[in-house]
Parts: sequence; structure tokens; C-alpha cells
Amino acid sequence: MSHGANHMTQSEPNRRSEPLIKVKGIVKNFGAFTAVDNVDLEIYRGELFSILGASGCGKTTLLRILAGLESPSSGTVFVDGIDITNLPPYERPVNMMFQSYALFPHMTVAHNVAYGLKRDGVAKPELWKRVDEILDMVELSDLSKRKPHQLSGGQRQRVALARALVKQPKVLLLDEPLAALDKRLREQTQFELMRIQEQVGVTFVVVTHDQGEAMTLSDRIAVMDCGRFVQIGSPSRLYEFPKNRFIASFIGSVNMLAGQVVRCDGTLCTIYIPSHDSHFEVEHGEYLDKGAAIWLAVRPEKIRISQTSPTSDMPNQILGIVDDIAYTGNMSTYRVRTEAGDVLEVTHPNQSRAKDSQLVADWGDTAHLCWAPSDAVLFSE
Amino acid sequence: MRRSMYSYPLAKGWVQKISTSWRNVMIAIPFFWLLVFFLAPFLIVLKISFAESLIASPPFSSLLEILDDGTLIMRLAYENYSYLWEDPLYVRTYLNSIRISTISTILCLLIGYPMAYAIVRSPSTTRFVLLMLIILPFWSSFLLRVYAWMGLLADQGTINNILIWLGLIDRPLRLMYSELAVHIGIVYSYLPFMILPLYANMEKLDDSLIEASADLGARPIMTFLTVTLPLTVPGMVAGSLLVFIPATGEFVIPDLLGGGNVLMIGRVLYNEFNANHDWPVASAVAIMLLLVLVIPMMIYQHSQSKQAGN
Repeated sequence: MSHGANHMTQSEPNRRSEPLIKVKGIVKNFGAFTAVDNVDLEIYRGELFSILGASGCGKTTLLRILAGLESPSSGTVFVDGIDITNLPPYERPVNMMFQSYALFPHMTVAHNVAYGLKRDGVAKPELWKRVDEILDMVELSDLSKRKPHQLSGGQRQRVALARALVKQPKVLLLDEPLAALDKRLREQTQFELMRIQEQVGVTFVVVTHDQGEAMTLSDRIAVMDCGRFVQIGSPSRLYEFPKNRFIASFIGSVNMLAGQVVRCDGTLCTIYIPSHDSHFEVEHGEYLDKGAAIWLAVRPEKIRISQTSPTSDMPNQILGIVDDIAYTGNMSTYRVRTEAGDVLEVTHPNQSRAKDSQLVADWGDTAHLCWAPSDAVLFSE
Repeated sequence: MRRSMYSYPLAKGWVQKISTSWRNVMIAIPFFWLLVFFLAPFLIVLKISFAESLIASPPFSSLLEILDDGTLIMRLAYENYSYLWEDPLYVRTYLNSIRISTISTILCLLIGYPMAYAIVRSPSTTRFVLLMLIILPFWSSFLLRVYAWMGLLADQGTINNILIWLGLIDRPLRLMYSELAVHIGIVYSYLPFMILPLYANMEKLDDSLIEASADLGARPIMTFLTVTLPLTVPGMVAGSLLVFIPATGEFVIPDLLGGGNVLMIGRVLYNEFNANHDWPVASAVAIMLLLVLVIPMMIYQHSQSKQAGN
């Protein structure tokens, strides 16, 4: 049940146009196990759409159903208004980039890329022109005569991308496209993928378990758990307005406090947290019944931390002692033990190089925490 | 502190020394085995092939001889080899052996490839049973199995009896003592040697390659021709060599199923040793057979390593 404030406008895709991909009631059973459980999905033309979830949540199965490598137990898949549910993979206007890249080991880079065009019967001069163009785009022209085993991981990834893109599919499916790369290359390649997607204008559907990757890449993300979508929305919507506790803790980190509603006055709710024996104010979009059990969630970067007490008119104050500090360069994460005994995580940017000002509080220091009423989120359940 | 720093590389050196000496021992054992049971007999056969035939025991001359004045001379007889060339029987038999084993190898490949493919594609529990069935014939004697085929193929054998009982033929078909019987025997006996390397090769084949091919627009037949087939060439070559090499020198199958009608080099070799008692010529026949088989293999290996180097 959503309690996110809905007053903020979101850059949602153009709803007036027909969705390019329409998935209706897809179910996939493997024996007694249901991998995909009655899923509906609409993806728009030109979108970079991510399906995010932990391993085993059914995201790869759903992608394979889109590619035609797996047939659904029930439900339909439309691409561009055409029912492709029963089409074999080789007749679909869809191409896939495999997690293992699945490059043909006995063919050179150029022949790997040309493979799809040859199957379509594209004439020789046109075929090699298109192969050259796409290899140029992924900056592999110099390596076109190499075999896959003579390439690095990053180069192989680009061959796989070129091979899937050269046929100019309506949809490109990417199964964990960056998972096999090391961290630095992964970050570079994220932006490279976005550049290429913008350049070719093909609709991308990316499956990933990496929430950072999904946040960076995507126009919209669908978070999947146990074969169902939990929430679909833009990265900022998922982060700032998570639908429930699962989303809030799956995307980014969050502090959670259990409490109950004392009063709801228009959009401003007063929450009593028994463990702290104190009241907190949260600006919430909807009316909540008095006495309702509730979870109060606040992101670490939304909490202000200081050694001096904030003015008393500031709501949502907590006093604690710094238990631990994790210095990560750009910011520090403070683990603050409150008087109630629970630990809250607070991040603070390290804006100055000066040694003394680097830390707002040291180990064992008393720390005052506070946050604005509009920076916390409430979840019932 | 300083002491431990010095003792570290010393200890490491010892460990390395022990592990390398163990490695040498492990390599030495099969090396020694090959030396004693393969290279030494080969050199003896090679020696005999250059000797002269004698009516004595052993029935061949010595290569080294000490003359009365004390000089050591070595007498090499090339006649055995030139004899192989001059008598058209030998050349014809070599060619016939190669022809028969080539046809049998191709038949094994045609039968074995789909079988190996089907085994790889079957669910893992069935796969184990099917593999066991392929290996099962090895539990009984090879000779016994060839004799069993004699029973099946004979004029009054099982196959003819069934065909007559079904009314398909009036008189028994002449199956025994023909080239067909030899082909049946070779294909039956050596089929596992084709299937097993093919199976090992196909099992390693990445399923996602087949899926990628389909995803890129290839129909199943095209995927087979452009992806599966080229990637199973190593299995096909290994299986073909394992069938072709022993089939060329095969003695039991042509002797029992082919009788006098099918000339193969294994039988000629047997006759030279036992019937003619001409050990030098028999040795020359054996050495020539080895060369006929090894030289094409070496050419193939050479081209393979050159290809891998590119």
C-alpha cells in the first residue's frame, strides 16, 4: 500500500503514445515453482528500462520470455501491437545480449557481428558496410579480424553489443550487461551504453541485480521480487517515494523506526515512536487513522548531524553517541547509537580538505540528529 | 624478525624442490610405461624388419655380426620393404584396408553423431542410462561379440530366419563372408569409440551459443550447420581417428566375418607371421602400416597447430 506523497510531478514517459512492448498476465512455471507470477508490463519506444531484482526473482526468465527463448505458461507478449507470444526467437524483432556474451568462438569479431545480417539475407556490400559502421561505433574496427578468445572482457562485451544491435531490432534485451566487468570498467561502460542507446534510439530492456547500475542507466525501473513487480517508476521516484519497506531497503539504505500515528492534521502527521518515547512529525500525502501502526523511514543523507544542539523549534531531534565512522572519501557514514539503544546511519559529505573540519563528530562524541518533516516516509504494514 | 625473513625463501625453496621432484616422478611413470611397453617392442619389430629370414630359432638373422678379424659389421636388408612394393598383393591389401576402414568410419560418424547429440540433449537421469548402454558391450569379450554376429548373419542365422519367416525372402541372403559383414562388424564394434569423444565434445558446447544463433535469426537447421557442426569438428576428428586407426589394422573382424573374400592388412600380417613364418616381412608389413597411419595424422596435427598459432 502506497503512502508516498504524490504531489511531486515525475518525468514519466509519454503516455499518449502506444507502448512498444506490452506484457499481459505472463506466468511461467517450472514444475511446482512459479518463476514469473502474473506480470503486466508496458515499455515505451526509446526507453531504457531496467528490471531490477535479486537473483532468482524471475527477472531473467521474463527477459528470456521476451526473447522467445522460453515460452510462458500463460499470458501474451505484444511488440509494436503484434502478438509475438508464439513466435520462435528467430522470427522476433528483438535481439538479446547474453550475460555470458555467447560469442561464437570459431568466428572472427567481424563474422560474429555479421552473423545476424547474413541470416536475414542482407546483400554483401550493404552487410559489410553495416558491420563496419557498428564496429566503428563500439570502437572495435581495429580488432575485427580477431577471434573472441583474443579479446579482453570489455572488448567481448562490446562485440556482443554490436552483434545484437547491428540488426537494428525494435527492442534490445540485455541480460546483466555489465556483470562480468570489473568495477572501473563497469562505471565507464554504463555511460557508454547510455550514449549508444541515445545514438541508435533502440528501446533497451536491461536485467540487473545491481541497484546502482539500474539507477544510473534507466529511464524507468521495475523492481521484481518473487516473480512479481513490486514497484515500477523512475529512479528518483523509487528512491524518494518507495512504495513499501522492501523497496526502501532494496534501493539505497534507510533507517526504520516502528511507531504509531498519534494525530493526522491535513498532510502533517505526528508519529509516536515508543522505543524513543518521543514524537516525530512527517509530512505525508494522505490521511492516516489515529493509532495505526506505522514504520517511519528516513534516508541517511536526509539526516543532519552536528555536535551542537539545533534550535528547539526544529522537529524530529534525536540525541546519540557516535559509535563508528566509515570514511569513504567523498563522504563519511556515521553510525550513531541513540539513547533508545538503536543505531541510525547518517551520511555527511566531506566538503572541505581541512583536517579538523573533515569530521563533524569524532568517535564517542555526542551527536545531535534531526531531519525535516518532508524528508521522512511512512509505511503501513 | 630478520631470521624469519631469511627462513622464508629457504622453506619455499624446499617446498618447490619437493613438489618439482614429485612432478617429475609422476611424469616418469607413464613415460617409463610407454618406453617399456610401446617403444621397446616397436624398436624390436623395426630391427626384425631389416633382418633376413632364416629357418632357425629365432627365424631371422642378426643385424650385427662380428667377423673373424674382429670387425663389427651391420647388415640391413631392405628387401623386405621392396618386396612389399613389388608384390601387388600388399599394395592392394593396404588400399583395400584403408578403403574399408574409411567407409566404416564414415558410417560410424553418420550413426554416432545423431546418437551422441541425442544423449547430450536428453535429461540428465536418462543421459546416464544411455551412456551406460553405450559402454555396456565392453563388459563382454570382443571376440564373443564378433562370434555372435556370425550367428546373426549366417545363412541359417537369426536375420535370415526372421526374414524367411516374415515371407520377405524365399532363400537366405548371403550376408556372411562379404564386405557388408565386415562393415557391420567394424561399425558395431567401434561405434562407442565414435560416440564417446563426440559426447564429450558436445557436452562442453555452451547452450547460450545455440540460443544466440536463434536470437540472431537462424533457423534450427542453420544453427546446426553454422554453429553446432563447426564446433564439434574436434570431437568428429577424435572419434574418426579412434575408429579409423584400429579398424585399418583389424584382424578378427575380417577373418571371422569376411573370411577369404575380404583382404585386409591385419590378415596378411597374421599369415606372414604364422603360416609363412617370415618374421622380417611380417615386421615390414607392420612398420608400413604404422607409417600409413601415422603420417596423415602428423600432417593433420601440424596443420592444426599452425591454425591455432594464427
